[in-house]
Amino acid sequence: MTRTAEMWINMGPQHPMTHGLWNLRVKVDGETIVDAEPEVGYLHRGIEKICENRTYPQVIPITDRLCYGSSMSWSHLYCRTIEDLMGLEVPERAQYIRVVVLEMQRIASHLMWLAAYAVDLGMMAGFIYGMRDREVFIDLLQNLSGSRLTYNYTRIGGVAHDLPPNWDREALRACDYMEQRLREYEDLYEGSKIFMMRNTGVGLLKRDDAMNLGVTGPPMRASGAKYDLRKDRPYEAYADMDFQVCSRTEGDCFARYRVRMDEMWESCRIIRQAIHKMPKGKWRVVAPRNAPAGTGMARVEDPRGEGMMYAVGDGTDRPYRLKIRSPIFVTVSAAPKFLVGYKVADVVAIMGGLDMCIGENDR
Amino acid sequence: MNLYEFCNIIIVWLVDLVNNLWYWLGDFLPWVFGDFFTGVGDLAASDGHIAVMTILLEVLVVLIVAIVNVLNFIWIDRKLSGRIFDFYGPYYVGYRIGGWLQNVADGMKLFVKEIITPRDADRLGFILAPVIFVSSSFLILATIPLSANFGVATNMDGAFVPAGVLFAFAAFAIAPFSILLAGWSSNNKYTLIGGMRSAAQMMSYEIPLLLAVASVFLLSGDFSFVGVVEAQADIWFAIPLFIGFIVFLVCIAAEVEVTPFDLPEAEAELVEGWTTEYCGMRFGFFMMTSYLRGYAGGALATALFLGGWNGPAIIPDEIWFLIKAYIVFVVIEWMRWSLPRVRVDQILNLGWKRLLPLAMVNLLIAAGMKTMGWF
Repeated sequence: MTRTAEMWINMGPQHPMTHGLWNLRVKVDGETIVDAEPEVGYLHRGIEKICENRTYPQVIPITDRLCYGSSMSWSHLYCRTIEDLMGLEVPERAQYIRVVVLEMQRIASHLMWLAAYAVDLGMMAGFIYGMRDREVFIDLLQNLSGSRLTYNYTRIGGVAHDLPPNWDREALRACDYMEQRLREYEDLYEGSKIFMMRNTGVGLLKRDDAMNLGVTGPPMRASGAKYDLRKDRPYEAYADMDFQVCSRTEGDCFARYRVRMDEMWESCRIIRQAIHKMPKGKWRVVAPRNAPAGTGMARVEDPRGEGMMYAVGDGTDRPYRLKIRSPIFVTVSAAPKFLVGYKVADVVAIMGGLDMCIGENDR
Repeated sequence: MNLYEFCNIIIVWLVDLVNNLWYWLGDFLPWVFGDFFTGVGDLAASDGHIAVMTILLEVLVVLIVAIVNVLNFIWIDRKLSGRIFDFYGPYYVGYRIGGWLQNVADGMKLFVKEIITPRDADRLGFILAPVIFVSSSFLILATIPLSANFGVATNMDGAFVPAGVLFAFAAFAIAPFSILLAGWSSNNKYTLIGGMRSAAQMMSYEIPLLLAVASVFLLSGDFSFVGVVEAQADIWFAIPLFIGFIVFLVCIAAEVEVTPFDLPEAEAELVEGWTTEYCGMRFGFFMMTSYLRGYAGGALATALFLGGWNGPAIIPDEIWFLIKAYIVFVVIEWMRWSLPRVRVDQILNLGWKRLLPLAMVNLLIAAGMKTMGWF
């Protein structure tokens, strides 16, 4: 094999591939990648430190800003952490409402991923369609909470308010619409020979590698590990729901795509079940102002992987420490394992398939 | 009346007018230069000068027609992509004519922007690359006639450039060189990779493209556009040479760099590929010229496979030609907006392993049909 001069290419911090603000340095030999090195931290806002100076309810809007793609799941995770710290029991109706909004957020987040992935592969139509249909769920969540992206809807001890009138009917209609659209997407993407050529066998990640590197979420499930916190450590009302853990064994980009598509189908099922089973009653309990001295911890299945928060209370109305575990931070650290040996054009497919979100990554 | 005669009348009339003024001026100043005035006037009225001026006027007419077509193409592309993407496309600038003036507005905007040459760029190559790209692309159009009467002819008979098809493809193939030059001279890693990809891509599609064209030559027995089109008076070559037509369409999509094959300017991985460092009107020229090449590609497909200007005489020949060229362009754009981009090794595989054998099969079919005496 002839070797030519190798050179480092900075893909970032401002590059169409990055979906945010980070830098992937790749060392290329011609078009083949021989080394890769992710650099993150360009979007560091010191959120963990900001949280220490705010009272417990004031932190919720900050945690919304962790991820622009799925802010609901992060504020929900924070509320669960503080509920664990305070020892609160959430009313049953609030648990079901949370399941509905979380699954909607999951669909919206996966659709944004699908749109960005399409434009990474050069398919503009997929981008526009994904963003258009994401708008349906964004609108529903806006009707519910008042804002499009950063919802600030969950509260410590429940949710901010009950569902608006007719909102559940609209949600069911949105699920019907979404399932119809998902069939269209599967035709558009998998019906395209070029899409399959770009995805199958690209970015292989073995099951053992995924588990050793701490990769979670859809990339891990696409590698054959059947592990989903909603099923394995059920929180909220997920224990009552009937759904499948979507998993594939191939471990390539197509498997990751397929896992996310299957998750959208399952999310539609979960939303339907949760709305039908939703009991009447209170949707919020009043949380105390001060948390006791001690620790609280919660883990949830974020659309991008396993999110975890750890809070330390010291008896005042502010957290002494709040630690955030970001799934993407771990996944992007594993990037060299994915990338070496593939072409430059595969970088966008592989990194796009991981669904990067820099907000939660850099915190 | 063909375009040459039309331009000749205008030029003769113009020369006559100017010469009248000139001799009238010479009558007032006979003592200055003596025979100077009559000498210049006779030179201007000579056959050689009139022929050169006529050809220049023809080129100007063809250029204006091409630029108007390119503006139409950009507008159609935007409107069509809007329909595909579920939005309206441009409608505000020139709203009575469907937003047609948006292209002109964009051109004006690019025209007033600052033109930056990077400090570390190779200045000569950086400035030369757009010139080669644009001029070679316009050179293609000089050879493509819109009908037997509308094209750049060199004498009264209306004979076009001999072996015009060969010349058009030769001019078509210059552009990857300028892309490589632009990519190298910009002194940027993305543009360098883009330029290299362009060269690699050209290797893979140029050979099947020309083999597909060779089958057309085999059937028509002529290298000129008029000969090729007249050979299709009975049946379009797209029907007997169906495989060749498909190969040609795929290759021409690669030649004009639309999305399944736009590796040199792959925006997701290479920012803007080889055009990254260009801005202002230089970028505008690249942008316009890529659509111009789309027009040229559609026109070539029309002339070689879709019967050129043959059609019922209800509409003029030129309009028939343009309608067909527009339809080919729309198909290419449809492909562009709905397909993902292939990878660089995949386009090489596609070119060498799929298109080349198909083009050979097509050539065999053409040779068989020629042997049977069907053409």
